Amino acid sequence: MAKTLAEKVWDAHVVRKGDGEGANAQPDLLYIDLHLVHEVTSPQAFEGLRLAGRPLRRPDLTIATEDHNTPTLDIDKPIADLTSRTQIQTLRNNCKEFGVRLHSLGDAEQGIVHVVGPQLGLTQPGMTVVCGDSHTSTHGAFGALAMGIGTSEVEHVMATQTLSLKPFKTMAINVEGTLRPGVSAKDIILAVIAKIGTGGGQGYVLEYRGSAIRALSMEARMTICNMSIEAGARAGLVAPDQTTYDYMYGRPHAPQGAEWDAAVEYWNTLRSDDEATFDVEVDLDADTLEPFVTWGTNPGQGVSLSAKVPSPEDFGDENAKAAAERALQYMGLEAGTPMKEIRVDTVFLGSCTNSRMEDLRAAADIIRGRTKDPNIRMLVVPGSARVRLEAEAEGLDKVFKDFGAEWRFAGCSMCLGMNPDQLEVGERCASTSNRNFEGRQGKGGRTHLVSPVVAAATAVRGTLSSPSDLDPAPESAAVRSSAA
Amino acid sequence: MEKFSTHTGVGVPLRQSNVDTDQIIPAVYLKRITRTGFEDALFAAWRKDPAFILNQEPFSAGSVLVAGPDFGTGSSREHAVWALKDYGFKAVLSSRFADIFRGNSGKQGLLAAEVAQDDIELIWKVLENAPGTEVTVDLGSKTVMCGNVVAPFEIDDYTRWRLLEGLDDIGLTLQHEEDITAYEATRPAFKPKTLPARLS
Ligand code: SF4
Repeated sequence: MAKTLAEKVWDAHVVRKGDGEGANAQPDLLYIDLHLVHEVTSPQAFEGLRLAGRPLRRPDLTIATEDHNTPTLDIDKPIADLTSRTQIQTLRNNCKEFGVRLHSLGDAEQGIVHVVGPQLGLTQPGMTVVCGDSHTSTHGAFGALAMGIGTSEVEHVMATQTLSLKPFKTMAINVEGTLRPGVSAKDIILAVIAKIGTGGGQGYVLEYRGSAIRALSMEARMTICNMSIEAGARAGLVAPDQTTYDYMYGRPHAPQGAEWDAAVEYWNTLRSDDEATFDVEVDLDADTLEPFVTWGTNPGQGVSLSAKVPSPEDFGDENAKAAAERALQYMGLEAGTPMKEIRVDTVFLGSCTNSRMEDLRAAADIIRGRTKDPNIRMLVVPGSARVRLEAEAEGLDKVFKDFGAEWRFAGCSMCLGMNPDQLEVGERCASTSNRNFEGRQGKGGRTHLVSPVVAAATAVRGTLSSPSDLDPAPESAAVRSSAA
Repeated sequence: MEKFSTHTGVGVPLRQSNVDTDQIIPAVYLKRITRTGFEDALFAAWRKDPAFILNQEPFSAGSVLVAGPDFGTGSSREHAVWALKDYGFKAVLSSRFADIFRGNSGKQGLLAAEVAQDDIELIWKVLENAPGTEVTVDLGSKTVMCGNVVAPFEIDDYTRWRLLEGLDDIGLTLQHEEDITAYEATRPAFKPKTLPARLS
């Protein structure tokens, strides 16, 4: 029978089919190939194992890193915040006790869990990947079935290396065409979310397809899959292709020699069959896409950057209308204001959505040779210690510092403000992260989600801006290509 | 896990859609490392407002939350369920739940009952006109009762069975440990291992 990619990966991991049929079917028991662990959602899971006297079944399929709470300054000093410090120390103790590999603050492989897995070559096509973090969908970029799980599921995976799951429905997101300059993967996914809504993907696995997706790099595909959860879907994926293999080849944990060949042979089977049907198909035109930005307090409340702040009256649905009213009030915005006239105070370049080399390069290309708006504070937080090192080797740190941005150590940072990197009440931020919920980046903070190049252009002009709004920079592109 | 068959308690009307987990429990509370004691964290930001529903009598003693659509969206934090439970909630009614939240609820013995939005509106009216009215959620018959409103609710059969039996997840799975071991023997050699660590 013809199958979609997600169904193929699912079927390859069934340890035990659930009893019963149709609506009464019990969940299938699926094997988990890789379990990523971090300090926030693991302590209670480890505690559960200990209380029940259960071992962690497969430490060799488990890896931990410190990211959510870690400071991005003075990382060699003890963490000032006591609870953060306790949480990190607890992770260290637990990993030691249960034999789990951990990359701690200060280690070259430490970083945001979703940056670390792919970077080490641990994320591979056709795998099942889980983590106690909803943005695990990021790993779907490799054609893996990757999803966020809650803490009791974390404990379940630790104890059994399996997860009980009900089959998903499938949704194809077809993105055809060619992106215009200044338009990026982030704009695709923000446009998808605005189109299908924050609940639109609920119960589905999304598969991103079409010429525009095929043309994207791995890092760009990660940006898209990362925000599948913002569309309500637990997982999103892209079929692996040569781009995927080129990215993986030679990474520390990628297969080697004959195993690489065997793996590629298998990976080549990982695509939706031509005759396979999706439960739902959604089309998006890449040719006409513009840079996107959110105006409200959920990721579906987004518009083209060249548009205006919408009015609650624009929404037919009563709930959407009320939500828009509340969002405008929280965001301190007037309906009808052109998005590009909105002044921001802070620009955050980071998070598992947009903190990889390409993101940093794209932003650096915009700001190189330009001056920062004096009223803007800009924070650049690489996704991992390794990204930071690579960026420094390319001299990107210098570009950011010369521009007047702060160059920080790796971690989640202002994406969720669990560490000291937070917005103040009323402060407005153009952020490359993935959530613009009330208070997400700090109590009372106001978030506009944007792409790295929009973030960079905004830092130059002080108002939400696209790269095309900038005056031509002195030979910025030329400098980069001669340096590279 | 305790068995759940039926529960009756004060209903709390929360007229709001898209209540995300950052609102249910703000990130700062995630730093704790215990499994209990999250009652103070529930809706922490909103509870600073004296007008918030849980700051009003008799709603503060509520145990059945009646919310708008898309409840529990956003982050996968299970703390959201712990906070609701620690506060004293036994059931949440909404016309639509985020998948992860729904899954987390089932595993912790919090009933996430899917009730049609029209019925939610009727229940809201009852609760607002007669604050303190009790809501009964009967898992056996999948019905919710409040004043003169009687409405069906949806929950998948598997979660319902587990709630009724009070069954713990891991124990259930470990009954099939032989299957897991058998599957492990068939995994291709090219699948990666985290140990021993290979570094770049
Ligand atoms: S960067 Fe943000 S979204 Fe990503 S894992 Fe960290 S907190 Fe979660």
